[in-house]
Amino acid sequence: MKETPLYRAHLRHGGRMVEFAGYALPLQYTSIREEHLAVRRGAGLFDVSHMGEFLIRGPGALAFLQWATANDASRLRVGRGQYSMLPNARGGVVDDIYLYRLAEEEYLMVVNAANIAKDFAHLKELSRGFAVELTDISEATALLALQGPKAASLLQGLTDADLAQRKKNDVFPARVAGRPARLARTGYTGEDGFELFLAPEDAEAVFEALREAGATPCGLGARDTLRLEAGFPLYGHELTEDTNPLCTPWAWVVKGEKAFYGKEAMLASPCADKLIGLVLEAGIPREGYRVYAGDRAVGRVTSGGYSPLLEKGIALAYVEKEAMEPFFVEVRGRKAAASLSPLPFVPLK
Amino acid sequence: MDIPKDRFYTKTHEWALPEGDTVLVGITDYAQDALGDVVYVELPEMGRKVEKGEAVAVVESVKTASDIYAPVSGEVVEVNAALEKTPELINQDPYGEGWIFRLRPLDMGHLDDLLDAAGYQEVLESEA
Repeated sequence: MKETPLYRAHLRHGGRMVEFAGYALPLQYTSIREEHLAVRRGAGLFDVSHMGEFLIRGPGALAFLQWATANDASRLRVGRGQYSMLPNARGGVVDDIYLYRLAEEEYLMVVNAANIAKDFAHLKELSRGFAVELTDISEATALLALQGPKAASLLQGLTDADLAQRKKNDVFPARVAGRPARLARTGYTGEDGFELFLAPEDAEAVFEALREAGATPCGLGARDTLRLEAGFPLYGHELTEDTNPLCTPWAWVVKGEKAFYGKEAMLASPCADKLIGLVLEAGIPREGYRVYAGDRAVGRVTSGGYSPLLEKGIALAYVEKEAMEPFFVEVRGRKAAASLSPLPFVPLK
Repeated sequence: MDIPKDRFYTKTHEWALPEGDTVLVGITDYAQDALGDVVYVELPEMGRKVEKGEAVAVVESVKTASDIYAPVSGEVVEVNAALEKTPELINQDPYGEGWIFRLRPLDMGHLDDLLDAAGYQEVLESEA
């Protein structure tokens, strides 16, 4: 198992370590619920160094990214970021990503840990013929996520940057706790917050400084419950190589007015299913549980769990496009009543 | 991990405390700690006849669902209704307020087939 630069810090603070995408990472330090609520009400701190980072540079960088990603990269000014996807040849999803424009001809792409090798090979293949240089800097990059309503005020005490001047999706260099960092006002919890790109040797000092300033260390467990409440997709669950993004709530990412790899296939494949949010009166839905519309099995849960804010079981599920209420989720042989919920499940910033 | 000496244990981390002609059943301190925040408990129906080793209840934590097995064969004669509103009692007091159900065993003598505290301690050490 690989270790992130924060491995020793996780052990020191009582992290309950598990394997995730080949890395040893904390599932939780104290309790998933406590860590979840710390992010919703204060500020939580995550080690997301396992995620992948690619640098994309050169005079052909924009043209290449327009071809390789579904969102419109030409809308990115220097210092801005956007959520996007890498489509495959049949209009499915190789990965969902975040793309930041660092300079006129320099972009940073953040990808899912489990997909680093696959994504890099895919991009390398697509980059033929473009004046562009791709570099996998995943191993040389530590990444922290500071998330929650108090993230900005907490971080402001440790940085020279004026955070009040920085909007959601801004990316900018700054010093944090005396260390050079690149900050992005982004995250995966539905809260305000920042992601901090750091040199591996600086990660522990910055982690400790943020923790001492009041950030609650949070594990993978809370990261998953937070993103589920926020109604965000998790690659391998809501998005896969076989998912047409146009059939998901994230269809807005796809900018059909530009040309991109896989576009024709994506536009040509009809949507048989739709993704819905469900809230259960009792019981907790888990991935793979069958969903019914009345007596008819119409789909499956792709992500399910407990919402610490609603104190109920919630799920994202793909069901047949025409399926209508009443919905039920089969929880261990019993049909549990489930009401349709808009996404996100809880009000977010 | 706390392992009281006044009761019996299963390899699947239930405890069974004899009280008169019934036994109280719950999960161990080790089990509640491994599960994490307990957020939902599915209790058995009163009067249900169960076989030793049969899944009788389900304890759900934020991260997973876990079956709770009958330590001996018998009949469910009481359930801890407090867990419906406050499932976290299992985390807070696994050997007391966090009990899950009460069985009337077919034969109290069957309790002797279970582990004592020392035997359960050995199970935990072998799993570590």
